[in-house]
Amino acid sequence: MTGTAARALTRTAARALTRTATAPAGGRPRRGPGGPRGRRALLWVAAHAVAIALSLMFLAPLLFMFLTAVMSDEQTLSGDLWPAHWQWGNFTEVLSGDMARWLGNSLLYAVLGTLFMLLSSVPVAYALARFRFRGRKVAFVLVITTMMLPPQITVVPLYIVWARFELTGTLWPLILPLLFGDAFSIFLLRQFLVTIPRDYADAARVDGCGEFTTMVRVVLPMARPALAAVALFQFFYCWNDYYGPLVYAKPDAWPLAVGIATFRAAHNVEWNLTMAATLLTVLPVIVVFLLAQRVFVQGITLTGVKG
Amino acid sequence: MAAVTGASAAAPRGRTAGARARRHRRLRVLAFLSPWLIGFTLFFGYPLLATVYFSFTRYDLFNLEYVGLTNYRYLFGDQDARRSMLNTLWLVTLMVPLRVLFGLGAAQLLAHLKRGGGLFRSIFYLPYLVPPVSATVAFVFVLNPGTGPVDHLADLAGIPLPDWFNDPDWSKPGLALLGLWAVGDVMIILLAAVLDVPRQLYEAAEIDGAGPWQRFRHITLPTVSPVLAFAAVTGVIQTLQYFTQAMVAGKVAAGQSDQPGTQLAPGYPGGSTLTFPQYLYDEGFRQFNMGYACVLALLLFAVAMLFTLLLLRQFHSFADGEAS
Repeated sequence: MTGTAARALTRTAARALTRTATAPAGGRPRRGPGGPRGRRALLWVAAHAVAIALSLMFLAPLLFMFLTAVMSDEQTLSGDLWPAHWQWGNFTEVLSGDMARWLGNSLLYAVLGTLFMLLSSVPVAYALARFRFRGRKVAFVLVITTMMLPPQITVVPLYIVWARFELTGTLWPLILPLLFGDAFSIFLLRQFLVTIPRDYADAARVDGCGEFTTMVRVVLPMARPALAAVALFQFFYCWNDYYGPLVYAKPDAWPLAVGIATFRAAHNVEWNLTMAATLLTVLPVIVVFLLAQRVFVQGITLTGVKG
Repeated sequence: MAAVTGASAAAPRGRTAGARARRHRRLRVLAFLSPWLIGFTLFFGYPLLATVYFSFTRYDLFNLEYVGLTNYRYLFGDQDARRSMLNTLWLVTLMVPLRVLFGLGAAQLLAHLKRGGGLFRSIFYLPYLVPPVSATVAFVFVLNPGTGPVDHLADLAGIPLPDWFNDPDWSKPGLALLGLWAVGDVMIILLAAVLDVPRQLYEAAEIDGAGPWQRFRHITLPTVSPVLAFAAVTGVIQTLQYFTQAMVAGKVAAGQSDQPGTQLAPGYPGGSTLTFPQYLYDEGFRQFNMGYACVLALLLFAVAMLFTLLLLRQFHSFADGEAS
């Protein structure tokens, strides 16, 4: 560390010396195209050019997905980039098939899962953030550990148990465990809850509120942005989950993620319909995110954290 | 209890009241923690122990037979297991560093953009939000030789592109490309870290005459390195469970259906996308070698635990700080 500092110092000294040597006495340094401002402008242009190029690359697959989704079946095989005529009927055709049932299953999984997760994870996170008890640190470390470990580790015995309850084939083996806390959500909520000053909760307790009432009436309203965030993450997780439903669900109970993956084979390589179905899976996530961005901001301004 | 009430009046009452309050507090903690305590026991503790138990058996959901170390011995000669481990290792050693580097580059770029930074940030982040299955289906189509738009464009430009998801040599690079496209998660935490670097350090360095590269090398990099390490370790743990994209890419490229009974072996083309979790899934839920699948699960547990412990050491410092 001291070595770096010393080197920096000598460099400053050397720089100062050369500057006095080259700069015209009393005059301001000229700012030609080769000067610092010119170089800065060049950097500005370069950075934006790279950013635009990258943006095009990031957006291209989505754009192609959309353009293909409104093509006719023959045209998708031609390598054309632009649809000859816009076949909007592809979307309704896709929705009239299995897609509607998959959508229902996805919604069941995501909505119930998010609700259950909130009900069970909030009190746990609250306890980990507020209460002092022996084993608290151990509990927190275990939460982080279960959050990180792959779900594949425990899947075999769990499958056997759910099979015994005759719930395999449905999405319930994925929804019901969310009634018992989700490690990632607990972790995230706990990290937010420890930042809320204790004074608020203490004041409520002085007013005679029980711990549960304090949590619901005082602390949770302040944690709205964090609650919105974990709810959103859970919703996306369920919506995107492919592994879980692939293990447990029968075709009747398939959510969109599993359905989409088989779409191409089931529809004799009709890329236009495949892309239309895929796009319909992507859209809700993007819409929810764009709407929720506002909820986050609103949540932050509504909380009393700022005082 | 009787002895206590028999003693002097004031002190014991205080003590029992204190004990009652303490018990009340302990019950309250238990009540708040109960969902997780039950969940941890039922959905983690029990199945982990059961995995160890089943690993010594042959079990197909109907017949259970104790076979000792047979499953473990089988693992050593299992060519498919070896192949799947090598595929996962490829992804861990190549895709994870590439994602972290690309994420850092993108974050660095975003930090420098004053105008339009917010818009570019949203665009760079957007692909990460696309559901992995949808993203994979889209990628297979876009890169599809002959019909895919990107392949077509490259053709027009005279750039020869490989067969990606239909070529065993190029399927994993294709998956890595997909990982780079969805770099948003890594990028956003690195962007936060890059923006956290104190401005004065840059200004001081600029006065010293440090160029952009030197500033990046001597100021940005040392400051964000803990976050880089965090991104790398979590990236490794995520990649150890890499399943969805590989499975879907193989399936869509091969045109396979998922109807029960018609499921084909994963890993198309030629086992090149068969990752370790996919092999575990195949053994457990297509072949119903539950016992052997448990051996694979324990192996995955050991490796993932190693990296989780690494991560916990990073967590430790700030978890301690907040515990006070």
